[in-house]
Amino acid sequence: MKITGAQIIIESLIREKVEVMFGYPGGVVIPIFHHLFNAPFKFILSRHEQGAIHAADGYARATGKPGVVIATSGPGATNLVTGIATANMDSIPLVIFTGQVSTEVIGNDAFQEADVTGITRPITKHNYLVKDINELAKIIKEAFYIATTGRPGPVLIDVPVNISNAETEFHYPETVHLRSYKPVIHGHSGQIQKACKLIEQSKRPVVYAGGGVISSNASDELRTFIKKTGIPITTTLLGLGAYPENDKLSLKMLGMHGTYYANHAVHQSDLLIAVGARFDDRVTGKISEFIPHAKVIHIDIDPSSVSKNVAVDVPIVGDAKHVLTEINKTVKAPKIDEWVTHVMKMKEENPLTYKDSDVTIKPQYVIEKIYEISNGDAIICTEVGQNQMWASQFFDYTQPRTFISSGGLGTMGFGFPASIGAQLGRPDKRVIDIAGDGSIQMNIQELIVAVQHRLPIIIAILNNGFLGMVRQWQQLFYNKRYSYTCINFQPDFVKLAQAYGAEGIRIEKKADVVPAIQKAFTITDKPIILDFHVDREENVYPMIPAGKSVKDMMMRELA
Amino acid sequence: MSQHVISVKVENKFGVLARVAGLFSARGYNIDSLAVSETELPDVSVMTIVVSGDDRIIEQVKKQLNKLIDIIKVTDHNQENAVQREIVLAKLNATPTKRNEIYQLAQIFGARIVGVTNKAIILEMVSDPETVDNFIELLRPYSIKELIRTGRVSILKE
Repeated sequence: MKITGAQIIIESLIREKVEVMFGYPGGVVIPIFHHLFNAPFKFILSRHEQGAIHAADGYARATGKPGVVIATSGPGATNLVTGIATANMDSIPLVIFTGQVSTEVIGNDAFQEADVTGITRPITKHNYLVKDINELAKIIKEAFYIATTGRPGPVLIDVPVNISNAETEFHYPETVHLRSYKPVIHGHSGQIQKACKLIEQSKRPVVYAGGGVISSNASDELRTFIKKTGIPITTTLLGLGAYPENDKLSLKMLGMHGTYYANHAVHQSDLLIAVGARFDDRVTGKISEFIPHAKVIHIDIDPSSVSKNVAVDVPIVGDAKHVLTEINKTVKAPKIDEWVTHVMKMKEENPLTYKDSDVTIKPQYVIEKIYEISNGDAIICTEVGQNQMWASQFFDYTQPRTFISSGGLGTMGFGFPASIGAQLGRPDKRVIDIAGDGSIQMNIQELIVAVQHRLPIIIAILNNGFLGMVRQWQQLFYNKRYSYTCINFQPDFVKLAQAYGAEGIRIEKKADVVPAIQKAFTITDKPIILDFHVDREENVYPMIPAGKSVKDMMMRELA
Repeated sequence: MSQHVISVKVENKFGVLARVAGLFSARGYNIDSLAVSETELPDVSVMTIVVSGDDRIIEQVKKQLNKLIDIIKVTDHNQENAVQREIVLAKLNATPTKRNEIYQLAQIFGARIVGVTNKAIILEMVSDPETVDNFIELLRPYSIKELIRTGRVSILKE
């Protein structure tokens, strides 16, 4: 029996076991929406395409399953661009369907036409323009395969409206054959032996784990590795939760706003074991002074990450889970008691800290209380800026997929829609968006989606009336010239919450912080905005200024 | 900065050239020459890309090329490991009195005369890039009206 392209899309998604799809309709995707109406999976209608794609991204990060999105041609597709780039930078598997004008008018400046495969080429893992209905099922199969294997990423399928309407026999392929795409899973055994030897001989080793540990579901293997070797471990922003931060050997996060002890341990190390991390500039600072004494073992599934920024002594291309499993079989613990004692002493003497106040609410205090009241058992989404850094510092992440944040692209407005996706994917978990008063306004329209689906997301706005991180840089490096970062002309967030049918609480006194968070936790059928009016000029410390090294680390406010 | 010749076997599909070119343009690199054609396999095309750039960045571009789904193989070519050829077509202002000199020069280089009018003469020459460069230099005194050369094609010796 022949079915239409639109039906093929729905049937294919069913075969891919899609549970939820995010999107927004429009002219050329009406044929697809016609069949989505009675599809057996959930469809979440966003209020802006950017909201849809960040939600799909949050769903993917929280569940490990690919996020699926649909938008119309032209403006619908261009509204996805920020979300596609966000997912691409952080290696998040998404399958994105965009409508396209009919094949015979492509290139004629038709209504709502944009060259979407052209626009998204550098920000997708791969993309397709479907020109033949008989290719559609195969393309969808490939898209899911490419998005979820190797180093994951977003794959876009641009579907012209006449393809959606055309008919053909439907056969969903069982397997994918791509001669040019064969991700390496198993690490080279010789390299693994070399790595084990280096580890055993090391005197001052540190493990540096990134988002690749989360995406390959290698947390257990990483924990086993640390248990076997006793090596201290730091993670990147995207690696938070890969290793329990409340464990003794955890050095928490490294990098620009990482801990004193993580950055100094890495700097002093004689062996850095990078697992699923890419030596990003926010991690390394000034490359030449990053690890002056260390050899480097780099485990990564993406060969182009290896020796990109830092020369690597033992590259192991492969999936972190497989490679760590192999290493765990043979590796012997190095003799590093003295080193561990030294690192632990640094940790004890230089904890993350802030100067608390009885008068004003410190943003760090809010995060600490959220941690305490949630017992650390929550999925934390963040926006971007100071809120993101405090959320990474003052909450101990113990499980993978519990910290969701736009790391590589640093997308403001990501956290709240991502929390919608995360909550839909993990209804068993409490989802909290740590926001700033700047970021939350970038996708606030999605609040109605959370209300509609009765999602009890707690939106904790650390409201300082500033675009805080930029203000911090202006204070420290631009002579306190707060050019266009003061945003204290702002909406009443409590009334805004109420207007949407959500709960809203404004907190202006320190004593009200704990009761407000406790109250939020009792509400289970709608989102809650907690509008914390925090110290306006609090800064994020420690800080290694951009392009500087660990010796330039600023620990606290200069008097 | 040094010159690199990169040979890329790709799926013979629309859009692949844009993907490949994008990796260079995104880094602000100008492609010096480019030749694209089908190969012995109708579904495989080959692109010979000549590009100048920092070795480390070119190395990164090659890794990125390998990551593209439609790229089958990326190889480095040079004068030792490959046979490289370009074609040049040169149109010279050549009144009948000047022609003899030009004919002689053409003969030395094995160039062919592929068009003659009262005012102009068109030469065609196929050779390795260096010889093509030399040939063009020697043509310059004869007032070149128009000159065009193809992108380099390159095939590994083994």
